[in-house]
Amino acid sequence: MANVIRRQTPAARLFRGLLYGVLILAALFYILPLVVMLMTSVKPLSEISAGSLLSLPQNPTLTPWTKAWGEACTGMRCEGVGGYFWNSFAIVIPAVLISTTIGALNGYALTKWRFKGSELVFALMLFGCFIPFQVVLLPMAQTLGWLGISSSRAGLILVHVVFGIAFTTLFFRNFYVGIPNELVSAAKLDGAGFFRIFWRILLPVSAPIIVVSVIWQFTQIWNDFLFGVAFSAHNTQPVTVALNNLVNTSTGVREYNVDMAAAMIAALPTLVVYVLAGKYFVRGLTAGSVKG
Amino acid sequence: MAALEIHNVRKEFGSERVLKDVSISIDSGEFLILVGPSGCGKSTLMNAIAGLEPVTAGNIYIDGEDVTWRTPADRDIAMVFQSYALYPSMTVRQNISFGLEMRKVPKPEREAAVERVADLLQITHLLDRKPAQLSGGQRQRVAMGRALAREPKVYLFDEPLSNLDAKLRVDMRTEIKKLHQRLGTTIVYVTHDQVEAMTLADCIAVMRDGHILQLGTPDEVYNNPVDMFVAGFMGSPSMNFIRATLEDGNGGYQLRITTPEEADLVLPWPEARIGAGMAERLNQPVILGLRPEHFSEEDERLTSQAEGTLLSANVAVVEPTGADILLRLPLGEQEVTARVGPKCAVAAGERLALRVDMGRAILFDAETEQRIA
Repeated sequence: MANVIRRQTPAARLFRGLLYGVLILAALFYILPLVVMLMTSVKPLSEISAGSLLSLPQNPTLTPWTKAWGEACTGMRCEGVGGYFWNSFAIVIPAVLISTTIGALNGYALTKWRFKGSELVFALMLFGCFIPFQVVLLPMAQTLGWLGISSSRAGLILVHVVFGIAFTTLFFRNFYVGIPNELVSAAKLDGAGFFRIFWRILLPVSAPIIVVSVIWQFTQIWNDFLFGVAFSAHNTQPVTVALNNLVNTSTGVREYNVDMAAAMIAALPTLVVYVLAGKYFVRGLTAGSVKG
Repeated sequence: MAALEIHNVRKEFGSERVLKDVSISIDSGEFLILVGPSGCGKSTLMNAIAGLEPVTAGNIYIDGEDVTWRTPADRDIAMVFQSYALYPSMTVRQNISFGLEMRKVPKPEREAAVERVADLLQITHLLDRKPAQLSGGQRQRVAMGRALAREPKVYLFDEPLSNLDAKLRVDMRTEIKKLHQRLGTTIVYVTHDQVEAMTLADCIAVMRDGHILQLGTPDEVYNNPVDMFVAGFMGSPSMNFIRATLEDGNGGYQLRITTPEEADLVLPWPEARIGAGMAERLNQPVILGLRPEHFSEEDERLTSQAEGTLLSANVAVVEPTGADILLRLPLGEQEVTARVGPKCAVAAGERLALRVDMGRAILFDAETEQRIA
């Protein structure tokens, strides 16, 4: 803000102080739940039942984390959320890759190989972004049954891919619409075909929107609970379902520290993805608005 | 044999007819320019030749072969785009050799071709840069290099200079002309700039509303336009159109220009230029077309100008361009532009005697705007 010209009167300084005060308070308010979770997850159970929610841990311990990972009971079994954590990855990675790939091809075809009714196809795909999850539960269960992949990892991946395509198509279509059609014409004259043009000309400049699509899809699919609980068998459940089971399994004393540690474990990958690639996420979303 | 022949090509977008029975034929090594205002169909015609848009009817032949329904890649053409359309992720070298690579030309040959065009266009030092690191003029050269590398039968240029600044545009124009003279390539070139059309073309096609109004050499199009549109489009400042009445004077035709406050101006029509349609338009309104350079100062060309007709007018505006002076002066009911020598010491408001070279004047029908004589 050094390049903003303003008069430094006492009143202006007071106002600025107030402004910062309010902003800092708001920021604290937003971060508080995470702080409480993190603190609670490293406190022994005795400290939780004795102290207040906001007190700092006196004897920090990682036992709740190891217990949440490997020993805590999720329903009938007591193996922690660790296995489900890897389950989630086994679902998320293929689903993200497939939906992003299809979205990119869709966006490419809808912008660079227009056909009669391509705008209508796009409008209908856009419609897919607004369909509530609950609406498709029953028909999807039926379909998965017919396909013979109900309660399997493949089935859940298919559901996520189908749901994700609407969004990934939207991302890529809006990105490719900003890329001049003359590039494609030039490549056609040079003798390149549909896939060659995609692979050699468009994909190399698509990094920003690929990042957007991957982050979006990763977060959506990782955080999904409803499809996970509806369409997976016991051994293929994602971590979100396991977390729910862990918290709802009540035998004796409620172990808040273990619950919190498990919640942290379940939330960690999306946070890591955003921290690592968030810069590109914003850049990709605003790409095209400013000419590079 | 014609290098490129366009035969009764029509193109319709829904009910809108963008090209209406266009036919052109050019020989190998010819430089054809399609010129016209925006929306005249010249870019559509270019895309039809390139195969980027299918035609509704008609045929396109390249080197005698019917390519109407061939893909762009199979037509053996190369195109330079207005936006250059350089592949942003590739270096200049990759950009130039991409077309050869797609055609499975072996690597050593590709490299030789890149060297050849880089040398020709003096872009050897830029070969390892990306398009984003190049200036406008350099991008333009690379775009031409990409076309030249493949040595196709026909080159298409789609307004290639319109994104360059004025000075660079003139330089590149000369460069393109030199290249054409050196390589003897067949070129179809789209532009809306009539100066580019005049300077570059062997053959100009002036287009309007999906029609070719006139197809001819720059000299023909400039000096013998078929109608008022072509006459007004070519040349800058453009031709003056003066309302007049065709009359039978003593011993020949003459044009009467009514002037609001002064006596009527009567210009005799030279006998050598009498056209077939003149007799039937006697005593009818016509349009007299005079280019600014058809006027000259009275004392400027005394020696050579025997048939020049003298007139005098009050100069309204004096616009010196450096090389010459443009004068705006009333003639009849309208204001005309006259081009006089830079030494002409006239000020606005003064009365000036001018000679009109009626030998080069052109007569149009007032209603159909077609040329009479």
